[in-house]
Amino acid sequence: MDLSFLSSILFATVVAGTPLIIVALGELVTEKSGVLNLGAEGIVSVGAVAAFAVAHHSGSPMLGILAGMGAGMVMSLLFGISALTLMANQVASGLALSIFGVGLSAFIGKPYESIALASVQPIRVPLLHRLPLLGPSLFEQQGLVYFSWALIAAVSWFLYRSRAGLVLRAVGESPVAAHAIGYGVVRIRYQAVLFGGAMAGIGGAFLSVFYTPMWVEGMVAGRGWIALSLVVFATWRPLRVMIGAYLFGGCMITQMFVQGSGARVNIPAQFLSSIPYVATVLVLVLISRNRSTIRINSPASLGQPFLPDA
Amino acid sequence: MNHRNTALASLVGAALLASTALMGAEPVKIGFVYVSPVGDAGWTFQHDQGRKQMEAAMKGAVTTKFIENVPEGADAERIIRQLAQDGNQIIFTTSFGYMNPTLKVAPAFPGVAFFHATGYKTAKNVGIYNARFYEGRYLNGVIAGKMTKSNIAGYVAAFPIPEVMQGINAFTRGMKSVNPKAEVRVIWVNSWFDPGKEREAAMTLISQGADMITHHTDSTAVVQAAEEKHKEKGTWSFSYHSDMAKYGPTAQLSGTTHIWGDFYTKVVKEVLDKKWTGTNVWGGLKDGMIKLAPLNAAIPADVKKQVAKLEGEIKAGKFHPFAGPVVDQEGKERVAKGKNMTDAEMGAMNYYVQGVASTLPKN
Repeated sequence: MDLSFLSSILFATVVAGTPLIIVALGELVTEKSGVLNLGAEGIVSVGAVAAFAVAHHSGSPMLGILAGMGAGMVMSLLFGISALTLMANQVASGLALSIFGVGLSAFIGKPYESIALASVQPIRVPLLHRLPLLGPSLFEQQGLVYFSWALIAAVSWFLYRSRAGLVLRAVGESPVAAHAIGYGVVRIRYQAVLFGGAMAGIGGAFLSVFYTPMWVEGMVAGRGWIALSLVVFATWRPLRVMIGAYLFGGCMITQMFVQGSGARVNIPAQFLSSIPYVATVLVLVLISRNRSTIRINSPASLGQPFLPDA
Repeated sequence: MNHRNTALASLVGAALLASTALMGAEPVKIGFVYVSPVGDAGWTFQHDQGRKQMEAAMKGAVTTKFIENVPEGADAERIIRQLAQDGNQIIFTTSFGYMNPTLKVAPAFPGVAFFHATGYKTAKNVGIYNARFYEGRYLNGVIAGKMTKSNIAGYVAAFPIPEVMQGINAFTRGMKSVNPKAEVRVIWVNSWFDPGKEREAAMTLISQGADMITHHTDSTAVVQAAEEKHKEKGTWSFSYHSDMAKYGPTAQLSGTTHIWGDFYTKVVKEVLDKKWTGTNVWGGLKDGMIKLAPLNAAIPADVKKQVAKLEGEIKAGKFHPFAGPVVDQEGKERVAKGKNMTDAEMGAMNYYVQGVASTLPKN
């Protein structure tokens, strides 16, 4: 096994993990505020189609990202109105949004199905991208890959080192207490939901503009759901989300490399395809198996509506 | 006129309309059931192209309607029944998983002609049809064998069912026939449709040295991946289902395209003329049910000539892509020299032929 072989596995792993990280971190912040938004798959789909449409008409991938972000926020606003203002059941609202979003994206996307976008050149960090093994994976990537790393740092810092993050977590732990000392629970939750939507939209933009530069119905192919479960299995810790996402991407890519190498392995392909799921769940459960830390990390009021005047 | 009279009048009107329909003045209704959205390329898209071609050819005599994205299973039965009840005289069910639902509904509607794609069970009013995609695959393989520099071809495949195995093996045999050093590597993605995964699989194969890439999955991602890597790695692609030249304007060498329109027109005419007595068609190049996607200008003239000659021989029945000896990976002879593989043998294909580098996992 030579170095370039490993290097391409690493490269592809980082790319495959990126949309999961972005979407999952958005959802993580939402859930930390005590809101469970199961609509990720739908939001990612709408974000993907909006980003594709705008990138196609404007010719600018950057505008595409912004459009994906905007569309994601609009979608999550719908969820917010239903779950936060009207206090509908969060699980039901999220599931509805998921189904609605997948359908809506197919509807909006009809005229865009026959179009392919030019692939976007990666951003090279001078010199560093020539490093053996890690060079291409770390220093010759799409802008959104760098963004995902910045996002991990930013979300970790925000949640555990900033005052606003502390308030957000307080809202997620005990909305009644946060309300009693004067924080606007619903307002903060709205912000968290909008942030989650924005990230899901950006994740969608990554898929349709950078990863596979095209739009087809159903192209998100369950990545929204995978991101949702990553958050839970990572017990709401940003770094573990990253580990989980790369592990998932890495297993998927590695099993493909094994298949494509022509090596004589006698393992059913169905089993190989299930490895990413099994491995990710196993590893995350193992590193998060301490019960008390799970209790500390999981937002206590997750999924419960909050009535300000009650 | 009071309300009751209005209601009566409209009832009479409706009855009149219905009776004219029965008298045959109205065009015959034809229904299609699709397994996925029509989209812009792929399996269902080709069926829809066929539907449009048939409707145009039968102008005025028929109206068609399709229902897309119908899951295989209980839902399919409901929708096929609905179509029959709505007065569709001919119903095409275009995915393998519709076989049992179609056969379940058919006896209740003896006056309706059903056609099921890719299945193997027929009934009095259920015909089946399929295409010999492997013929196109063989010719694609010949082009790949001539054009490759690395002698490695990559194949992104969905599920190891006989139809997919035929494609892989025919492609491999075609490639080996002109290039003994060639090998084909297969990646199973276990999904008919997941552009992200298909792309990763293609990129994996390309980074492992494959310069000829093809796929038996439903999206255009593989052709696009080859287009992207064409400059850097000299990667070429072969499309499947549809001509995907739009997605691979420089890198698509050719492909295997499904053509259903002529077949649809032919059987619909038979049914309308009351001459239909059942269908069991497995048509290929000869019947126009598949054809090669346009050959890329980068293919040298002598290769084009060779492909055209082989195509002619296949059409004339002089050459069979699985003409013996067919030897599988383990060295076992599956078809003896001088014989052609039978349709039944092809329908049960569950092994790789020699030249495929990957091993087929046993389940």
